[in-house]
Amino acid sequence: MSLASFPGIIQTALELGLISSLTVLALFLSYSMLNVCDLSTDGCFTLGAAVGAVVAIAGHPLLSIPAAMLAGVLSGFVTAFLQTKMGINSLLSGIIVNTGLYSVTIGIMGGSSLLSMNKTETVFTAVKSLTENTFLGPYFKLIVAVIAVALVTAFLSVFLRTKLGLAIRATGNNPDMVRSSSINTTFTTIVGLCVANSFTALSGCLLAQSQKSVNIDIGSGMVTVALASLLIGGIFAGKKGGITARAIGAVLGAFIFRFVYAIALRFNMPAFMLKLVSSVIVIIAISAPYLKSRFPDFKRRMQHKKTMKKAEKEAEQC
Amino acid sequence: MLKLNHVTKTFNPGTVNAKTALDDVSLHINRGDFVSIIGANGAGKSTIMGAIAGEFFTDTGSIILDGEDVTLKPEHKRAKVIGRLFQDPMRGSAPGMTIEENLALAAGKGGWLSMVKKSEKEEFRERLALLGMGLEDRMHQPVGLLSGGQRQALTLMMATFNAPKLLLLDEHTAALDPATVEKVLDITKKVVEENSITCLMVTHNMQTALELGNRTLMMNAGKVIYDAAGEERAKLQVSDLLVLFKEAAGRALDNDRILLS
Repeated sequence: MSLASFPGIIQTALELGLISSLTVLALFLSYSMLNVCDLSTDGCFTLGAAVGAVVAIAGHPLLSIPAAMLAGVLSGFVTAFLQTKMGINSLLSGIIVNTGLYSVTIGIMGGSSLLSMNKTETVFTAVKSLTENTFLGPYFKLIVAVIAVALVTAFLSVFLRTKLGLAIRATGNNPDMVRSSSINTTFTTIVGLCVANSFTALSGCLLAQSQKSVNIDIGSGMVTVALASLLIGGIFAGKKGGITARAIGAVLGAFIFRFVYAIALRFNMPAFMLKLVSSVIVIIAISAPYLKSRFPDFKRRMQHKKTMKKAEKEAEQC
Repeated sequence: MLKLNHVTKTFNPGTVNAKTALDDVSLHINRGDFVSIIGANGAGKSTIMGAIAGEFFTDTGSIILDGEDVTLKPEHKRAKVIGRLFQDPMRGSAPGMTIEENLALAAGKGGWLSMVKKSEKEEFRERLALLGMGLEDRMHQPVGLLSGGQRQALTLMMATFNAPKLLLLDEHTAALDPATVEKVLDITKKVVEENSITCLMVTHNMQTALELGNRTLMMNAGKVIYDAAGEERAKLQVSDLLVLFKEAAGRALDNDRILLS
């Protein structure tokens, strides 16, 4: 690997990391705050990508963003409705919505599982034509990603401090207490998942437009990849940090994940390994604190065995 | 103020585990009353609290709170006028959020998208200082770091922040050590008196039941079997309650014998 290609790797990792960090921020809201593991993330990501692509192909590149986010809101609403009003377990309702979205998404893409945007005007090409011939020219993708991430991060850090945001956080922390503060937990769960899924869909929309195509598999495994990024980010921001710090940590986590992945690719790791790697990261990140808490017991057991053996030996000698 | 008319609640109806926790209970509580409720385990004390708070709907009867029929009103809507504390100090506050954030939720001022104002933060500090636990200097610490007694005192403050019409205390000192119990009971008394809140308190401590408040109920097998107020209650001793208690328990035993024979 040559040194000259290094800035290129960083730029690609930054672009991909920032775009996928929108999904990480969505999980930050649903998983870290609301304490719901939203398994509809994959399907919602693809839905956002498809809706964004279809609207852009129809000639409305700017409209594609709100359209994709609205689709995400609807998807989040269905997931939340199933778990709060229909008595379906939260994991299961995510999986059900995810499965259903597969058909919905192909339907939106007009029965095809692949759409190309090679000659379509997208948000990215719009910015590209704006920045052409300036020093920002080569960074047009980065500019779009930075703006989107900055807006979403700023929104989240304000939103989570409002009364509604506090209520959403408390719903994930102690729903009993929320009810006794005369707040409806059904309402907070629905709002939280709608907002989170709008970010997931935005993330899918931007990724599809940046790579000028969308296929039905674009979101597969996204929930694990995003969770891995979120947990990596958590190492930096810690659990005690403020909301803004934790949100920025989530973005940082997404970038680090993409960066390490890009480096690994340079060292000839095959691209198909991405999902296995993210699975392993999630396993380690979630199980490590548990194993660490078990370690003193393990040590005590070893020590106990040793002393008992020693005592036995001494008894034999006597 | 609070009226329960022929309220019945059976858990797991139609199964072998069916249990009538409230059996045709009628109760009338006046404004400003502080009622202590005692009774053996399974007598229906917590169930009556749950029924009033709206944790579940009752099978029959009606519940009227301050002239309004709340029988079928959901829990979170009743919570606007009812404050409630549980035995478990962990239940009343969100451990991962700071003291200030918890109080902001309890205060519930402003619209959904409003933030906590500086004047409100000042008010939180002043109110916390009244507890005399030094919590006012720990506003930005997560509630999970507080001790059980501190959390229960905080919960009490949160539940009474907007002076509710009714305060339900469900053995709220049972999980605390004796010194802390005294402190939390003191605070309870102060808060209830200052805001003249109507209050129902379940307790296992008969001494407390007689010392606090102006009326005492004894429950057994889903019924209110004894109701003392005024002069009658003033003369009541713990030993009298014990005799009543044993009588009630004995009757239950007799019923069992009849069943088994």
